[in-house]
Amino acid sequence: MLLGRIIGTVVATKKDPRLEGKKLLICRPIDPDGKDEKGYIIAVDTVHAGFRERVLIVQGSSARMASGCKDTPVDAAIVGIVDEVSLD
Amino acid sequence: MYLGKVIGRVVATVKNDGLKGKKLLLVRRLPNGPAVVAIDAVGAGAGETVYVCRGREAAFAFKPQEVPTEATIVAIVDHIERPS
Repeated sequence: MLLGRIIGTVVATKKDPRLEGKKLLICRPIDPDGKDEKGYIIAVDTVHAGFRERVLIVQGSSARMASGCKDTPVDAAIVGIVDEVSLD
Repeated sequence: MYLGKVIGRVVATVKNDGLKGKKLLLVRRLPNGPAVVAIDAVGAGAGETVYVCRGREAAFAFKPQEVPTEATIVAIVDHIERPS
């Protein structure tokens, strides 16, 4: 799973019916120190995350196992809002 | 699967129901890979070398529960033998 920060929202009116009612957010991967990394990921939100929040993103077919994503065409889901990252 | 070193931990209060009660650890892929967040299935701790299972199979460690994870710590490494 990856750490990311929410940098935007995607609005799509016409979409797969199984995606209806799901919030699509644009996430920038970050390193444990909070610095931005390259690229972006569009992920389905399952935890009501908001703009600029640090989140936990699960990718691949495991994303479908998140509650609310069963049997949906999803390969990235936001499964947690990060409160704290502590490095040893 | 690959070897990693536990370098920290992640705390998330609001999380998907499938992740409730699971410990989230930061693992750096050895020797110099990226840091990923993995769920701990074996009670690993700071600084330990661990064995990480990736992909869809990572969720199998918690069967029959359905856990949304693509990285799970499934073993703590005692030592590695490399016959030369």
